[in-house]
Amino acid sequence: MDIYREHILDHWKRPRNFGKLDDPNVVIDETNPLCGDALHFELKVEDGAIKAIAFQGEGCAISVAAASLLTEKAKRQSVKNVLSISNEMMLKELGISLSPTRLRCGLLAISGLRKGLKT
Amino acid sequence: MVDPKKIREDFPILTRRIGNKPLVYLDNAATSQKPEAVLAAMDEFYRQHNANPNRGLHELSEEATGLYEGARAEAAQFIGADPKEIVFTRSATESINLVAQSWGRANLAKGDAIVLTEMEHHANLVPWYLLAEEKGLELRFVEITSNGELDFDDFKKKINGAKLLAVTHLSNVLGTVVDVADLAKIAHKAGARVLVDGAQSVTQLSIEVQALGCDWFVFSAHKMLGPTGIGVLWTKEGRYAEMPPWLGGGEMIKEVELGHVTFNDPPWKFEAGTMPIAEAIGLAAAIRYLSQQSMTEVRAHEQSLTGYALGELSKDKDVTVYGPTDTARRGGLVSFNVAGIHAHDLATILNDEGVAVRSGRHCAHPLHKKLGIPASARASWQLYNIPEDIDTFIKGIAKAKKVLQG
Repeated sequence: MDIYREHILDHWKRPRNFGKLDDPNVVIDETNPLCGDALHFELKVEDGAIKAIAFQGEGCAISVAAASLLTEKAKRQSVKNVLSISNEMMLKELGISLSPTRLRCGLLAISGLRKGLKT
Repeated sequence: MVDPKKIREDFPILTRRIGNKPLVYLDNAATSQKPEAVLAAMDEFYRQHNANPNRGLHELSEEATGLYEGARAEAAQFIGADPKEIVFTRSATESINLVAQSWGRANLAKGDAIVLTEMEHHANLVPWYLLAEEKGLELRFVEITSNGELDFDDFKKKINGAKLLAVTHLSNVLGTVVDVADLAKIAHKAGARVLVDGAQSVTQLSIEVQALGCDWFVFSAHKMLGPTGIGVLWTKEGRYAEMPPWLGGGEMIKEVELGHVTFNDPPWKFEAGTMPIAEAIGLAAAIRYLSQQSMTEVRAHEQSLTGYALGELSKDKDVTVYGPTDTARRGGLVSFNVAGIHAHDLATILNDEGVAVRSGRHCAHPLHKKLGIPASARASWQLYNIPEDIDTFIKGIAKAKKVLQG
């Protein structure tokens, strides 16, 4: 079971949309207290759509790669579309099968976006 | 001398394979594996003697009573104590909660101070947080030095005027062996009671509770080759008088009238409800198994593996090891990080090689914060581990670097 596929390692080593925004109007912090992983998202949301998104974080390859992949997917999408991303869709996006304990790493990013965008 | 190759034959699980690789079990600080003798003792109890101890007059109940109280006597002997000073609990954690909820609630009042340390496991933090919140207590934390030892000067300052010192005997992250006897002397002089968390030390060091000089010593069976679900609380003679009952139920009472209860004598006063009988018997079997070696030999075996692992890890410039470098100052575990690789990714790749290590924050969030790291990996050994296990582990680290760093 190899979860360290090339695209995962690529998104971990060169995370897309990594950094900060100048004028975010939604800021989300999501952590996994068990392992200490922490993701910080900054978004510019206008008229129900995500105009810009960036993230920073400290975590394992899986949680960072998942955040990178998710920001690519969420960019220029409606909030509604992003909220409709299910866990299954997120895992499909990652394209690897994760053990139950490592599911949390793969789903940390989407669970953060859900919490921050739902309000 | 410990002969780990021979000892391995007593542990059925060690023949397991992980994928197509032989299991290399290096997560002993989380829980150890169990020898055939422990499994057989518990099985034999259920097949031949199962009954509720101290309840019935029938033969099985008498046998169960003998086995259960016999386990108490063996646990007592193992740490140089009297059987009456041994209370069985569910875990080391529960033992600490018992002291907090019984002694702590009855003897501590608003403004009183408890001294803890920065290297405590959550089990020796959270019970005191809960009590502090309820009672308005002050919690003080003894700092650690850059070498992962307790700062003795800081301790001497903080123990002043405190009512309790609760401290680990062996850090589950740094591996540091704490000079508990020295701390206890000073704490007692300052008028404080002393609780020692022996969850990690009980399987590695020779424990003589009188020499440690503490008031309470707690440990569990499952890290010392015994089953889960049973813990021990040792209480120094005389301290029971300061401890009201905690949990209520059967066995802990002498007589119940409607509206009035007469409590049983300790230790039974603290054992409410039907206890984990088979587990107590399993603990006794583990003690007998461990006692085939002297604890000095056990310690020497683990120290030699620690020395070997530290030497191998130090060859890799990307590896940072936490805690004392002197094996005389530390127990059989090593926490570390590899630059640029998260502990979880390392553990996953090691697992592909059959190697089981712990990754994360090891129930010690404040300590990881102090060390300035989000997580760490930890390898820890037992009687049955061999230098070849460390070789496989070190090769696994090299593989992880290759996979992740390219």
